[in-house]
This record gives sequence, C-alpha cells and structure tokens, in this order.
Amino acid sequence: MAKTSVSSPKNVERAEYLAPGHRACQGCAEVLAVRLVLKALGKDTIVAMATGCMEIVTSPLPITSWRVPWIHNAFENPSAVISGGEAGMKAMMRKGKLPQKKINFVGMGGDGATADIGFGPLSGALERGHDMIYVCYDNEAYMNTGIQRSSSTPYGASTTTSPAGKKSIGQQTQKKNMVEIAAAHGIPYVATACPSFPFDLLDKVKKASETPGPAYIHILSVCPTGWRIQPSDAIKYGRLAVNSCVFPLYEVADGRHRLTYRPSEKKLIPVSEYLSGQGRFRHLTDHDIEQIQARVTRDYERLVKLSDQE
Amino acid sequence: MAKVRKGVEVSIAIADAVAQADVDVIAAYPITPQTHIVEHLSEIVADGELDAEFIPVESEHSAMSVCCGSSAVGARTFTSTSSQGLALMSEIFFIAAAMRLPMVMALANRSLSSPLSIWNDHSDVMMVRDAGWIHVFVDNGQETYDNIFCAFRMSEDPEVMLPVAVNLDGFILTHMIEPVMYEDDELIRKYLPPFKMKNALHPDNPVSMGCFGMPEIYTEAQMNREMGVRNSYPHIIRAWDEWGRLTGRHYRPVETYRADDAEYCIVTMGSYGETAMEVVDTLREQGEKVGVIKIRLWRPFPLEEFRKAALGKKHLIVLDRAISFGTRGGPVATELRSALYGRPGAPSVVNYVAGLAGRDVSRKDFTNIILQGKQKAASGDTEGFTLYGLRG
Repeated sequence: MAKTSVSSPKNVERAEYLAPGHRACQGCAEVLAVRLVLKALGKDTIVAMATGCMEIVTSPLPITSWRVPWIHNAFENPSAVISGGEAGMKAMMRKGKLPQKKINFVGMGGDGATADIGFGPLSGALERGHDMIYVCYDNEAYMNTGIQRSSSTPYGASTTTSPAGKKSIGQQTQKKNMVEIAAAHGIPYVATACPSFPFDLLDKVKKASETPGPAYIHILSVCPTGWRIQPSDAIKYGRLAVNSCVFPLYEVADGRHRLTYRPSEKKLIPVSEYLSGQGRFRHLTDHDIEQIQARVTRDYERLVKLSDQE
Repeated sequence: MAKVRKGVEVSIAIADAVAQADVDVIAAYPITPQTHIVEHLSEIVADGELDAEFIPVESEHSAMSVCCGSSAVGARTFTSTSSQGLALMSEIFFIAAAMRLPMVMALANRSLSSPLSIWNDHSDVMMVRDAGWIHVFVDNGQETYDNIFCAFRMSEDPEVMLPVAVNLDGFILTHMIEPVMYEDDELIRKYLPPFKMKNALHPDNPVSMGCFGMPEIYTEAQMNREMGVRNSYPHIIRAWDEWGRLTGRHYRPVETYRADDAEYCIVTMGSYGETAMEVVDTLREQGEKVGVIKIRLWRPFPLEEFRKAALGKKHLIVLDRAISFGTRGGPVATELRSALYGRPGAPSVVNYVAGLAGRDVSRKDFTNIILQGKQKAASGDTEGFTLYGLRG
C-alpha cells in the first residue's frame, strides 16, 4: 500500500466539495467529518447517502450543498446503491460506453443506517467486493428523528428510547462493534477515525481510496445536540473519546491491526473525564463508571496486543 | 444472433432478449418462479456472451437499490422478481419511479403470502399498482420476448425516463416451452440504440439526485410524477409501433378479439387472454355474440382506448386475478367500472376473481364464467364480485 501521509494543513485540499450554508446544528462534527472525507477524496467522487441528518441538512429541494455527484435513495441502502453505481460505471467503461476514469464510489450513512437498518445491504456490498468506500459517521443514536437509541449507542447512554430511569441505566447493551464486523468480511481496508484528529482521518480516507476493493471507515462524529454538550466542545469530546481509549484510532489493513494513535501517558485520561460532562451520561454512578472503565481497558488492551503482534 | 424461430422456455427467451439488448447491469435475488430467468442470465454472463455486471445481491431490497444506482450512472439495467421479492423491494420500487430511473423488470407474477404459495396470480403487481411504473402485460412467449425490447425503448426514451415492468404469469408463462421468433442483433441495435442518460451521475457534471422535499414542494413534485406517467403514453405507442414496423408484430394498449360485433365481452389481463380467445371461438360457433378485450397496458391506464373498445357493449365480464380486500371488486374491475361510470353506452360490469395461486381455470371454467356472467348481467346482478370455483 502506498504511503499517503497528510501531516500539515498545507497539504490539505483547499477546494470545498461540501458547500457552506447547509443546515447542520452548530458544532456538528458529523458534517465536519463529511467535509474532510470529501477533501481527502477530491472531485472525482460519487456519493450515495442514507436518509438521515446529513441528507436532510444538505439537500432541501431545490438547493444542494453537494459539489460532487450525489444520490440519496432510502435509509438502508446507500451501500447497495453505490455498488450499483460502481458496477454500472465499470461495465460501461469496459465496454467503451464511457471514457476510463478513476472514480471514488462512496456510500455514507449514520450509525442507524449502518449498524441497524442497513446492516444486511452493507454486509452484502462488502462481501461482493465492489471497489467502493463505505463511510459510517457514528453519532451513537438516531439523532435526526430525535435521539433514539441504535445498536451503536454506548452502554449507559440515556436516549429518548433508552431513557435512564429508576429501573434502567439507560442503554443496557454494549455498542455494536461495526469495525470488527466489517473487518470480518476480509475486506482489504478498515479504519476508525474522528474529525478531532483530521490528519489521521484524511490519511485513512486516502488509503481507502487507493485500495482496490471495498473499504470501511467508521468515524466517531460528536453530536452536541444528542450528547447534550456545548456546541463549542464538539472537537474536545472527540479528543476525550480517543484519549480515554473509548474510541481508539486504528486500522485493519489486509487483516493486520495497527493503532494509528496511542495516547501518551500524559494524554491518557480515565473514561470518567470523557463521560462526566455529557448530559447523556450524567445519571451514571461511580460504580457504573468503574464498570465502563474496566470494559474500555479490556478492549483497548486487546487492541494493543493485536496491534503489537503485527 | 441471427433471426431464428426457436422452441424455448419463456424464461430463457427473456434472458436471451436481455443479452441482445446489451444490458450493462443485472441485479437480482432468486425467487420462484423468476429463477430460470436469472440463472440463464448468469450463465450468459459467465460464458462471456453478454458483457455485463451480474450482481447476485443479498435481498430483493438491495436488487432494486443496486438497479437504482446503476441506472443513475446511465447504465442499461435489468432485474426480475416475483411476489414476496416484490413486496420486500417495494419501498425502493416506488423510489425508482419517483427518481425517474429507467430500468426494466420481468415481473413473474405470483401470489402473496400467507398462506405461502409459489403459484401464479396478480396479487403481487396490484400491490405496486400506484408506484408510477409503466406496467405491460403479456400473453405468451413471443409477446414476452418482444416486450423486453419495447420496455427498454419506452423506459429510456428521454421523454419518458420511467422504469417498466413486463408482467408475465409465473409458471404458466415462465416455465412454458413455446415457439419464439428471435430477431437478429442488427434489428435490435437499430430499434434500441445505446442508452444515453442526460444528467447521469458523473464527476464531470455533478448533480444531486433524491433531495428531500418540504411540504412547499412535495405537492408539485407529485404532480410532476403524474404528468410524467401520463405523458409517457404516446411514447409507449411509438415504441410499439416502431417494433411492429420492423417485425410485423403489433401491440396496442388495449387489444380486442372478435369484439367489433360482439354484444358482450370478457376482459382479461395476462396469459388467460389466450384461453379466452379459444373459448370465444367455440361460443361463437354456438351463436354467442361474445368477444375478448385484453388490457395490455395497465399503467398508464389507457382510458380512451378502453372506452373505445367497451362503450356500446351490453356487458363486460371482467376476470380479475387478485382480490382487493374490502372493496367488493378486483383491482381491474374496479378500475374499469370507474372508467365507464356515467358514460353514455356504458356496459354493465360483472366481476369474477379466478385462478388465485395457480388454481387452474380451464376452458370449461371460462365457458361457465362467460355464460353465467352474461346471465348475471342480464338479471342486473352486477354488484361486487364472485370468487369463481370457491369450495365449501
């Protein structure tokens, strides 16, 4: 795999493919993630997007924020739609009906579109081996419809359909591990990213683009509205998620795990620092937080081991 | 391929037509009785006889989604399904029409669950009647083969840009071996030039497709769809006329048999039309002044052509292949009653629902339906419908 490293703002694409003036909430890190993904991919890109926040805020008829070709079809099918686009272009180029051109075929969806309703279509598209990139921007609940829980909502989070109550901690299940599920398809490139670490994100999306076959990028996208934090703290909470090892930055390239960022001893923080300022976790007791810490530590150590083995 | 007359299973003829149409993408999920169509297509692609992407998806929902993506980039696109498969993909089936994405589907009509049944009737297609697709019904193998090309021509017409379903009766047609005249590739190329989609998804000309609509614009968007389907009519006729000119096989939205001097007619849709014609021949010999009206184009509904065929007759006996639960009439009869309402010279309409889930409707049954229907009509017993052959 070619080394593509974006290490300075000077190297970052200046063109904007997602026009300003969209209707995302203040402090939305999801729209920032999409903007960065497009910067990494450039203009020769076709995007198929799931129904959700990003679709709604960028495409109210008759206006659009999209400067690359873009299609929205339904909630659960961006992976299938883009696989059809890829297949159609591939056939037409092979048959001489269209001039040859390297195009990035990108499916995008939120955590609900990816881990829940669109899980089957995504698995099908990854298994079939299309030359495509699937980007999940994960804000850990159905934010567009009003903060309902998804299978990607973390344990203990209070949402409108997993409310914390006298007999419930809130979300009672563990976050579905979409990254390892994607990797289990044996596809050539899988990675996590977070817009609070923009160079890491750009680097991974470029790698995904340069890798033939399917790639899956899972981006933690802080949602101030749903997480009940200040809009100005969106970037900060992305950093806290990564530095507390709640959301490690890593990649699985050709089956090999590699942590792309390890918080130094100075930066490493307990999960309590990540959880404590968020409205969705404010009901958690010290005991609950200890349990969460134990699980985060266990999972991170497992990842370090995998990463060191390679 | 050169022009040749073949004895061939109708499913195979469909696959061969798709290959001759130089389709770019086929996406399908196996479901009885559609399977022979996609099996043969995958063979044709595997043998390199057709240069296309065959996408064996994980569900019908994804089949239709893949077709939407492939059509959106301007690729010639084909799929095929039946029954539960259509039900599963119905969400995207509607969206395909709303987004004006050309594609062709061979819809092997089959009953809907439950109880689970793999056999033929029209309950699947009636579920998506109002989706905004063009729906064509065929009676036999030759009509099926021909209409695959006509469907692509209609669908990809820049003035149409709508998906087209070619409805054929599951098993009764899909699994039948019939003589079919194959046309040579040269003729097909002439009739069906390569698909050139204006505003396809391409980086050289970025467009946004499938934006969302606030109430301020949704109504207008729906009217736009309605006009799109309505205005497709003359282009559908043109596609059939051109095919007729090239091959000598002519198609009309409403076709009649011995109807001109008939006092009353039986109305059918799909493969039952052929049995009806045979039975009408026999009844004519016995002095019955009966004819057949066949609805070939179900959407857009050929209102004027149907009225032209029906007005002035005494009665119509309408054979439906599905129940619209709670409406006291099958979908076809309900449509026809509405088309005739208040028109001078309108015939009375007697409605039979028959042949559900492949229950055979023999020549004897047709004779019964026609003669009993005539009696019912004459006695003014025209409300609701009769479920023919109901036991117990």
